[in-house]
Amino acid sequence: MELLVASAIGTMTAGGVYLMLRLRTFPVILGLALLSYAVNVFLFSSGRLSIDMSPILSKYSDTSYSDPLPQALVLTAIVISFGMTAVLVMISLGAYLEADNDEIDIEPEITDEDSAT
Amino acid sequence: MSHWIILPVILPALFAPLLGFVMRHDIVLARVTSVFATALLLAVSVGLVFMAADGTTHIYRLGDWPAPFGIGLVLDRLSAVMVLLTSSLAFLVLLHAIATGWDEKGRHFHALFQFQLMGICGAFLTGDVFNLFVFFEVLLIASYGLMIHSGGRERMRAGLQYVVMNLAGSTLFLFALGTLYASTGTLNIADLAAKIPAIPAEEAALVRVAAMLLMIVFAVKAALFPVQFWLPATYANAPAPVAALFAIMTKVGAYAILRVHTVVFGPGVPGTEGMIDAWLFPAAIVTIALGAFGVLGARRLMPLISFSVIGSMGTLLVAVAVFTPAATTAALYYMVHSTFAAACLFLVADLVVTRRDGDSLRPRQKTVQNGLFAALFFGAVIAMAGMPPLSGFLGKLLVLNSLRQPDVMVWAWTAILAGSLITIVGFARAGSALFWKSTAIDPPAPGPADGTGPDGVLSRNATPAEVAPAVLALAMLAGLAVFAGPVAEYLEQTANQLFDRAGYIAAVLPAAGGS
Repeated sequence: MELLVASAIGTMTAGGVYLMLRLRTFPVILGLALLSYAVNVFLFSSGRLSIDMSPILSKYSDTSYSDPLPQALVLTAIVISFGMTAVLVMISLGAYLEADNDEIDIEPEITDEDSAT
Repeated sequence: MSHWIILPVILPALFAPLLGFVMRHDIVLARVTSVFATALLLAVSVGLVFMAADGTTHIYRLGDWPAPFGIGLVLDRLSAVMVLLTSSLAFLVLLHAIATGWDEKGRHFHALFQFQLMGICGAFLTGDVFNLFVFFEVLLIASYGLMIHSGGRERMRAGLQYVVMNLAGSTLFLFALGTLYASTGTLNIADLAAKIPAIPAEEAALVRVAAMLLMIVFAVKAALFPVQFWLPATYANAPAPVAALFAIMTKVGAYAILRVHTVVFGPGVPGTEGMIDAWLFPAAIVTIALGAFGVLGARRLMPLISFSVIGSMGTLLVAVAVFTPAATTAALYYMVHSTFAAACLFLVADLVVTRRDGDSLRPRQKTVQNGLFAALFFGAVIAMAGMPPLSGFLGKLLVLNSLRQPDVMVWAWTAILAGSLITIVGFARAGSALFWKSTAIDPPAPGPADGTGPDGVLSRNATPAEVAPAVLALAMLAGLAVFAGPVAEYLEQTANQLFDRAGYIAAVLPAAGGS
């Protein structure tokens, strides 16, 4: 299971980084979404991987339990990254409508006056 | 446990939705409420500075859960100073935004402004690294809105770049926190500070990874080389009052480096000994050079000021990077100074640029009140470049004086002194093009009666209310220079408290006994 989770995180991160370097808004949004999935799984696994264990101590079963804190952290991270992605989509839509162009890179604005010198 | 500590977070959090939902159609009501809220915040933060002045570390446990299980806010001298810096800067910027009418150019300015203050104050007060992440996100999401306030093609595109950059930074932050939690099992700063020194150097690989990742995240915020490239485009295209408020945003990154990399990964921790300063110091030196050459090479006024902000962050982080109490004292003094200096420059630039055909550094028709603006610009530039008599000179002197160790002195002194000289040349060139060469061009035809010429260029005089915030910022810089003695003394105690890790741990985790 460790191998599966680790390679899933690795693949998603690699895909996310690749897409983020595309410098067009749509791939970049997808890339950031992939990266946030990767980081969510990573955070989840930072409390050790365990199967069939409740996140609370119970006096009726044995003493092993899964760490509840990363689950709470992941929940926060999911909410935040979801909200941020929504904002990003709105801003890129605005930028696309304003500029008629979905490149993220900003070319320096060179006026006639500047190029004359 | 005093409830005053959480007020800098609660106050803006209460007023922001009120401003956003109830008062969005009534600009006068929104302005009055926003000024009232910010003034209240200023009063509370002055109170907090007095509360922290006795040197105790106050902790506020939310829900009265004991640390490290509950989330705590920690108020020590450093947090109190930073909150006061934030609220006084915010007050000046808000007055400017209202006087110049920037807040009317798009909806929700005041609501976003309050949310921004909530995030910044929270980041300064929190005693938990995950909570630091949450407050970073609060201040970032508000800053996205403020950055693209009033819209426009260039601004939207620069805003998009800023958002993408910071989202990537946030993801890195989460990776760092996951790594840290996996290796220590806690995210409370005091608990981390107690546990990490106990990890022997050969088992601290994950901790080292986490420390470096955190440093990269904070470096993005602090505009440190090589992740400074987002700053010029962002600051130059943001509305000027917002750029002035963002002067505190880079300091959030510097504060986070100070807090986390001093208290948690500080000097004497076997796992990360010598690793942070080995990277931070050269990066800060390059940042100074980059800022100085940027100032010299800029073709427009707003990018020029942005590069001077990068240069000042370099100077600040050089002092942070040696991690001694004396250098940290100097860094704190310079931090207070450079926040107001950068804000003052942006506010003055706003007055000039709105009366001029763009912010290109070429002679244009001279603006009204050319003499007044030239004097204000001159004052702000003296502060930013670090010339006497304003506080920039004393700040740089303190920084230089604290960097006398032979291994850092050559690099630090050369970079800071040469950087200052190049910055002065760049500013002098900009100022003479803006204010002197412009007088050689024929005076403009009298504008229409309402004071707005073609393309929205203002041709009316600046009202006293518009000039006042910039003058006030200059006065604060002068005050910082006059009262440099007491201020530096307070900041010295602040730095000593910051380096007293055992005291911090004992205050937050009484059960652990500070061991």
